Formats: sequence, structure tokens, C-alpha cells
Amino acid sequence: MVTATIQNLGHWTLSLFERMGRASIFFVRVLAAVPSTFTRPRLIIKEIYSIGVLSLTLIIVSGFFVGMVLGLQGYVTLVDFGAEESLGVVVAITLVRELGPVVTALLFAGRAGSALAAEIGLMKTTEQLSSMEMMAVDPIKRVIAPRFIGGIISMPLLTIIFTAVGILGGRFAGVGLLGVDEGSFWSQMQANVDLVDDVANGMIKGVVFAVVCVWIALYKGYEATPTAEGISLATTQTVVNSAFAVLGLDFILTALMFV
Amino acid sequence: MMESIIQIRELHFARGTHKIFNGISLDIHAGQVTAFMGPSGTGKTTLLKIIGGQLRPDKGNVQVYGKDIHHVSQNELYDLRKRMGMLFQSGALLTDINVFENVAFPLREHTRLPEQIIRDLVLIKLEAVGLRGARRLMPSELSGGMARRVALARAIVLDPSMIMYDEPFTGLDPITKGTIVTLIKELNETLGIASVIVSHDVNETMSIADYIYVISDGQVVESGTPENLGSSSSPWLQQFLQGLPDGPVPFHYPAENYRDDLLAGR
Repeated sequence: MVTATIQNLGHWTLSLFERMGRASIFFVRVLAAVPSTFTRPRLIIKEIYSIGVLSLTLIIVSGFFVGMVLGLQGYVTLVDFGAEESLGVVVAITLVRELGPVVTALLFAGRAGSALAAEIGLMKTTEQLSSMEMMAVDPIKRVIAPRFIGGIISMPLLTIIFTAVGILGGRFAGVGLLGVDEGSFWSQMQANVDLVDDVANGMIKGVVFAVVCVWIALYKGYEATPTAEGISLATTQTVVNSAFAVLGLDFILTALMFV
Repeated sequence: MMESIIQIRELHFARGTHKIFNGISLDIHAGQVTAFMGPSGTGKTTLLKIIGGQLRPDKGNVQVYGKDIHHVSQNELYDLRKRMGMLFQSGALLTDINVFENVAFPLREHTRLPEQIIRDLVLIKLEAVGLRGARRLMPSELSGGMARRVALARAIVLDPSMIMYDEPFTGLDPITKGTIVTLIKELNETLGIASVIVSHDVNETMSIADYIYVISDGQVVESGTPENLGSSSSPWLQQFLQGLPDGPVPFHYPAENYRDDLLAGR
């Protein structure tokens, strides 16, 4: 019993290191293919459209609602202290530092990450990647790297849009519905949100989450078992692993940046 | 004897504990149609992937155009692959671009030809497979046979000196099957290229192959011209060629005694 448990633990550990090694080698191969991909901007633009532009509706609608909820909750808390003029700061800081990057990454993993994993997995299942290899075309350069770059460009931009729309949502709830003074809302925000400490750090989070989410999605698709069940598993794992990675990394980055 | 462009020596390959090849040796010659035949699951497609360098053997040596394909750099491997065309069983067309762009794909990736020349080359290849008029269709709008013909046009667009066909006749209606047979033979004769066919469609393969290797249980069990194989006295080969359900290759998967098995459930 004890021996079996130790054996299982050993097997699981070895398997974990093997998977991490494979994912790391994949990441290095993708990075190596990135420079040559920039010589073919049309491939990247196509991916920015399918990964980024097609995610816009989800990001804008979600951002507005998240901002409105923040406006309502912030007001309810602040009004007890007579500090409802600070609502703009609360909404902006929360969105810029935390909710903007994190919620965008989670939505991105659900919308674009799962689609990327399914697309690459299906290309593998239908032998499109194999046929490229036999045509002497490296799928990492032709298929994976443009999606990687497209994702990394798109997600920070989506983070900016989510945050901006969220602030407008907070303004709509706070100023429009609850009667907070508009001048105070914007001026306090302008005075207390720092470009480097808040905005730049929030953007760094956005870029880090973008790399991790796109890497996970592409790797899961590329390594998917070429069956219907394999693709289903790859898409599920993409969303679940991305969520864990984003939330875990957010804690670490927050500790490094703001504590 | 024509020049040997592929030499396989003492090839061993296994998936886990399951041995696929157990010391296969064979040659493929320029200008000939060479076929690998054998029952399903004998590793015919695996052999094509080993020749193409997509799978690495456990032991043995595969020389393609005089180079050990499993011990060359990636650039050399890709240079070798530019001289090979491969027709996948599914066609494996890129689903997000139309027929024209699928055929143009290798040209766009490997050459810097002007658009007008790419257009002409693609139309010539599509005309050769009878699908010039279908150039604007998407892969999802093609029948199985049409997809395979487009894939064939794509496989020959870089003018390779060898084409590998993975189960080219499987799942096709008789007319399309006849079309593919004719195309393979015509391409072989007019372009003078080596053709390697993997198939278990006996009649079609026997009708166009110059030399056939029959593979079973990880080894080449018979080889020769279609005439030689047709007159072979091997009961196993005759069962395979005539499609008899039972014989040296048993109909039943190995199992315990039938009576005991039925009674065990009571």
C-alpha cells in the first residue's frame, strides 16, 4: 500500500517534470520562430483579427458590467464614510491594478484560448500540420508563431479596452445613477492614479498573462491527442490551466509590485 | 535496373511494446510505381512517415537520395522533403483557404515567384487533375475524391521527384477511384517520378504497380511484380489477394474456447 503510493507519487512527479519540459521546449521553439514571423505581417494581422477583434464584444460588455458593479459596491461602502467623491479612484485603481488584467485574461482564456487550442488540435487531427511538415513548412513558424504574436499583441490591448470601458461603467453607475459629483469622480482619479505604479504595473500584468494564456492554449492544442475526446480535453485544460496560472501569477505579481 | 532513390535496411520500429517492423529491408527505384500492400494495421502508413522523416526508427537505416533522413539537420530534411510529394488519405487540405490557395501554398512558402507565374503554375496543376474550374471552392465544399485530387495537385506543384500516396483509393466511388488510378499512372509516366503507394485495394494497386512489397507481422512476406505475386503459391498471399475471409489469416481474433466463454456467463 505504502509502496504503491510512493510509486504513484514518483510516477506523477516524473510525468509532471516531463510535461513541463515538453512545454518549455515548445515555448523556446516558438520564441525562436518569432523573429522570422515578423517578416510576414499579414499572418499576424489575420490572427490579431480572429483572436483580438472578435473578442471585443465580450470584453466591452463584460468591462462595462464589471465597472458598473464596482461603481455600485464602491458607492455603498464609501458613502458610509462620506467619501463617495473617491469613487473614481476606487473604480480606476481596482480596474487598472487587478480586475482589468485578471478578468480580461480569464475571459480571453475562455473565448480565444479555447478556440486556439481547438483550432490547432483539429489541424493536427485532420493531418494539416503533418502535411505542412511534409511540404517542408515548419508548423511552428507558419501556424503557431503568428498566433502567439497575435495573442500577445491583442490581450494587452483588450486589457486597456476592458479597463477603460470599466471606468466608464463605474462612472455610469456612480455619477449617472447615484449622483456622485462628476468633477470629483474624474479629478480624484487623475490625482491618485499613478502612471508607473498603477497603469504600467497593470500593463505588465496584462503582458505576462497574455504570454501565459497564449502559451498554454497553443501548447495544449499542439500536444492534443488527435481524437474528438483529445480536443475536448485540450480545450478544457486550456481554460482550467490558464485560470490557475493567471490567478497564481496575479498573487505573485501583486506581492512584487504593490507590497 | 533503375537508380535506387530510397534504401531501407534492417528497419525496426515499435510503438510501446507492440513491434511494427522487425528488420524490414527494401528499395524504391526512380521512375517506378512501388506499392506496399498488407492487411490493415501492419504499419504501411507508418512506413511512409518513417521514409518522410516524421517518425524515427528504433534501429536500422533509411537512405533517401543518398542521405540518412533521420540523421540530417532540419534544413537538410526540409530540402529532401521539397523533393517528395505526399498525398494524405484525408487530403489534409488547409481548411481556411480555397482550392487555388491550397495548391499555391508550397509555391508561396518556398519561392518568390511573381503572382502571374504562381497563377499559371497552379492552374496547370489543377488542369492536370481536372479541377481548374473548382479553384474558388473551399475544402469544405469538395467531395472526398475532389479533395484528394486537389491534394494531388498540391503534392506535384513543386515538381517533386517522388510522390508518396497514403491509401489513395480508400473510400472512393468507382469512377473517382478510376480517375485517381489514371492520374497516378499518368503522373508517373509523364513526369518520370517515383511513386510509392500504400494500399490494401488489391485490384487498383496491382493494375498500376511495377513492384509490390507485401508486408505482414513486421516483415516483407512477399515481393515482386504483380504478375509474380499473382502466380505465387503462398496460401497467405492468395488469401490476401483474393480477399478470402478465412485461411492462414484467421477470421477470429484469438479468444478462449467459444463454448466455455458462453457457459461462463451462466
